[in-house]
Amino acid sequence: MFRFALRRAAWAVPTLVLVTFLVYIALRLGTDPVASYMKSNPRATHSKIEQYKKLNGLGTNYVAGYFSWLKNFVTFNWPKSIKGRRDVWPELKDALANSARLGIVATVVGIAVGLGIGIFAALKPGGRRDVSVNTIAFIGISIPPYISAVLFQLIFAVYWSRWFGHTLFPTSGVYPPGQDGFNLVLMLKHMALPTIVVAIQIIAVYSRYMRSSLLEVLNSDFMRTARSKGLSEFSVLMKHGVRNALIPVVTIGALDIGGIVGGLIITENIFDYPGTGKYFLSAFGTGDFPLLMPFMVIVVFSVLLFNLIADISYAWLDPRIRLD
Amino acid sequence: MTDELIKTYSPKQLAWKRFIGHKAAVICSVVLSIMVLLVVFSHLTARYGVNEAVKLPPNSFLPPQKLAWFGTDDIGRDVYSRLLFGTRVSLLIGLFSAVISVGVGCVIGAVAGFRGGRFDDVVMRVTDLFLAFPFLVALLVLRNMLGAVGWITVIIGDKSSLRFIIFLLSVFGWMGVARIVRGQVLALKEREFVEAARAAGASRRYIIMRHLLPNSVGPIMVALTFSIVGAISAEATLSFFGYGPQAGDGSTSLGIMVGAAKGAVQTGFWWIAVFPCVTLVLISLCINFIGDALRDATDPRLDQGK
Amino acid sequence: MTESVLSIRNLAVTFNTQMGELRAVRGVDVDVRAGEILGVVGESGSGKSVSFLAAMGLLPNSAIVTGSVVLDGVELIGAKPKVVRSMRGRLMSMVFQDPLSALNPVQRVGDQIVEMIQSHQSLDDRAAAKRAVELLEIVGIPQPDERARQYPHEFSGGMRQRVVIAMAIANNPKVLIADEPTTALDVTVQAQILEVIQRVQQTFGTAVVLITHDLGVIARVADSVNVMYAGRNVESGSVQSLFDHPSHPYTRGLLSSLPHEGTERLQPIAGFPPNMLAPPPGCGFAPRCPHALEVCSSELPALRQFGDLQTACVLAEQLRIGGNV
Repeated sequence: MFRFALRRAAWAVPTLVLVTFLVYIALRLGTDPVASYMKSNPRATHSKIEQYKKLNGLGTNYVAGYFSWLKNFVTFNWPKSIKGRRDVWPELKDALANSARLGIVATVVGIAVGLGIGIFAALKPGGRRDVSVNTIAFIGISIPPYISAVLFQLIFAVYWSRWFGHTLFPTSGVYPPGQDGFNLVLMLKHMALPTIVVAIQIIAVYSRYMRSSLLEVLNSDFMRTARSKGLSEFSVLMKHGVRNALIPVVTIGALDIGGIVGGLIITENIFDYPGTGKYFLSAFGTGDFPLLMPFMVIVVFSVLLFNLIADISYAWLDPRIRLD
Repeated sequence: MTDELIKTYSPKQLAWKRFIGHKAAVICSVVLSIMVLLVVFSHLTARYGVNEAVKLPPNSFLPPQKLAWFGTDDIGRDVYSRLLFGTRVSLLIGLFSAVISVGVGCVIGAVAGFRGGRFDDVVMRVTDLFLAFPFLVALLVLRNMLGAVGWITVIIGDKSSLRFIIFLLSVFGWMGVARIVRGQVLALKEREFVEAARAAGASRRYIIMRHLLPNSVGPIMVALTFSIVGAISAEATLSFFGYGPQAGDGSTSLGIMVGAAKGAVQTGFWWIAVFPCVTLVLISLCINFIGDALRDATDPRLDQGK
Repeated sequence: MTESVLSIRNLAVTFNTQMGELRAVRGVDVDVRAGEILGVVGESGSGKSVSFLAAMGLLPNSAIVTGSVVLDGVELIGAKPKVVRSMRGRLMSMVFQDPLSALNPVQRVGDQIVEMIQSHQSLDDRAAAKRAVELLEIVGIPQPDERARQYPHEFSGGMRQRVVIAMAIANNPKVLIADEPTTALDVTVQAQILEVIQRVQQTFGTAVVLITHDLGVIARVADSVNVMYAGRNVESGSVQSLFDHPSHPYTRGLLSSLPHEGTERLQPIAGFPPNMLAPPPGCGFAPRCPHALEVCSSELPALRQFGDLQTACVLAEQLRIGGNV
């Protein structure tokens, strides 16, 4: 088991390098860092441009350029943002922290509720509660996060205060403007709406995964064997049914984190929540290479990390896979 | 003594019967068909042109009324007519990119599943990795990267053109389809009828084309429906953030109209937001329901004996 | 005659399918006696498995079961689920056809046996684990303490089936129902499994129901036999009598279709098994029976005792005596 994990992890390192290289190419091609720099700094001198190119590894050769960027990156010699004034790491760190908070809470809530609903629905397939759960889950999936986000904004920002005279859930930012220091209640209030929006997506997806996986397992022969042992229905369901049904759900889930993050990005943008979503979109809009590359590295890293976790947990949960 | 011929149903008939049994899916099919008809014949059903002001001088932000059923937008154009035209554009995008995705995905997925080996490994790793990226990030980066490659823009068109969007979504979409088809092929590969075909000397291509793919029609159809709704959704997401198709002549897409909803929240002009959003959600919902019912109908394992 | 541990009377099972009502079992009487191996023979669709699944209460809710199943004095049909559940695994247990799919793939084999033990006996974990290893030894698995920690896919087919048997006898049930236990196995392994079952039966005095379509298996290990066709019992009695003078045309057809010395051409039974969605009125075998009379297709023949065999055929007496009609 340990060797399995180690082997998989070993593969991850060269993959990391390769993918970041591809990302480097993609960004260089796609956002044209030099042109963007010149657009943001119309009065930049030639030497400033050259300096920018050097710091960011934007030499003419892609491969050499990549390694020069890589060198700066791993030695923490990160160039400042495109306008030359902001340091990248503090901004990135804050954005990550905000997003992480939102993401983790939403994910935990979403997965717990989603799995529960899925199990609930699978117990009586085709029955009334199954159908209603399915329908609601569907509607949840069909409403893209930006629409539900806008909807919530409409309700809570505009109409709620109109009807009730106060703001229940604020619809922007982490704290109200002017807030200094840490305040749990305020933070939670501001997080509430975006969390709900993201959680809805997660619940919709996971309840359906769990339901279909559980249904399939419930039809398996070993369920019949478990029943023939005289175990209680609950025991059979939980110990044998859900345990086995979790395997594909976990795998897909770990790989699907990317989808969750995607929804996160969109939601943050609409609620004006200063997380990675906002960070990415504004950096992308201005073609801000020094802001984008570290962000992309973190993205690639987490993608690979979750792939690894998915592989390992799949093998851990399903002993049949450990054979290689 | 006669052997009575018992009425049995072919798999296709069984699947059809099961599909019809899903009341929700049937309702959705009907609703969807109506919408499609309305939209396909938009030149007949629309009341004004896509860029035409309802009245001159233009009356911006009129609420829904007899003159403009869904109200007017910021420069006085009829929201209802624009919605019809825009939905047609989005449906076209969805359909075309889905068909291309499924076509490419089927081929690659079938070959990967059937041949296995390094090709399969590579395809799997690549698609796994790509699909694990946050959706918007991958989409935007891909868009800009493809849009910067000279010969692509020459052949297909500029980043903001309709053809490019279709191309982009196809490139994005084939991976999911390929995985589904590969999974199906892997499952079928071990079945006896494939072995029998091999024993009879059939070539690999023959087996794939005449045995494996026809037996995968169910999952492929399901993949197609979900690709369509995925593409429509993706286009809407792109347009929402301003990266969608832009033609400059006032023509619009569903995504662009939904994007306008952003501003409407603050201003209270609810019709700008509500009608496009409802349309998008309705289309997604219907296609999702149909896809799900198709999946249930073609899955031979869900015989509940009801 | 020893007492019946499991008594089934007039059992009928109907399934509501999309294509109509499927009457899989149409009135079956079975007596399972302690210390005996009862073979139940029939082709696919004869209702042999369904009957005993119904007795165990393992059919899906869409199945309608009527009749009487009395186990150790307790009526199971219509009994409260709790009652039935308490009997399962303790007084009667089942061995299924495919051992790979019958075992939970992600649970260690020893743990699965322990689960069986602990649901009916109050042994603590260590004692139960010890017992599980003992059981594995009884069924002939080498290095049982190591094997107990392994997963089902790490066993060969025959070994897996032994594990399933070990699990089934864990609580020393009065009745062990083996549903085609050897069908999924190689011929050489089949003999081994049958031997295990025999040994178990002799050691613990368990009543065994051996469901199979293979007459060879019956001849080898069974003491008495029930022949089923189209959801009904057509013949039953001791194995010796059945093989000596089969009376029912179906049984005779079965036996003569087996290749034996001097066979030049195989003699299959003509025709096809009936469609249970619309079973023929009267005797189920009538459409295929070479001796069928008119009364056969309209009236249901009852099981009648002729000497030491019970046969459901109006011509049983003649067939038995003369060998021909």
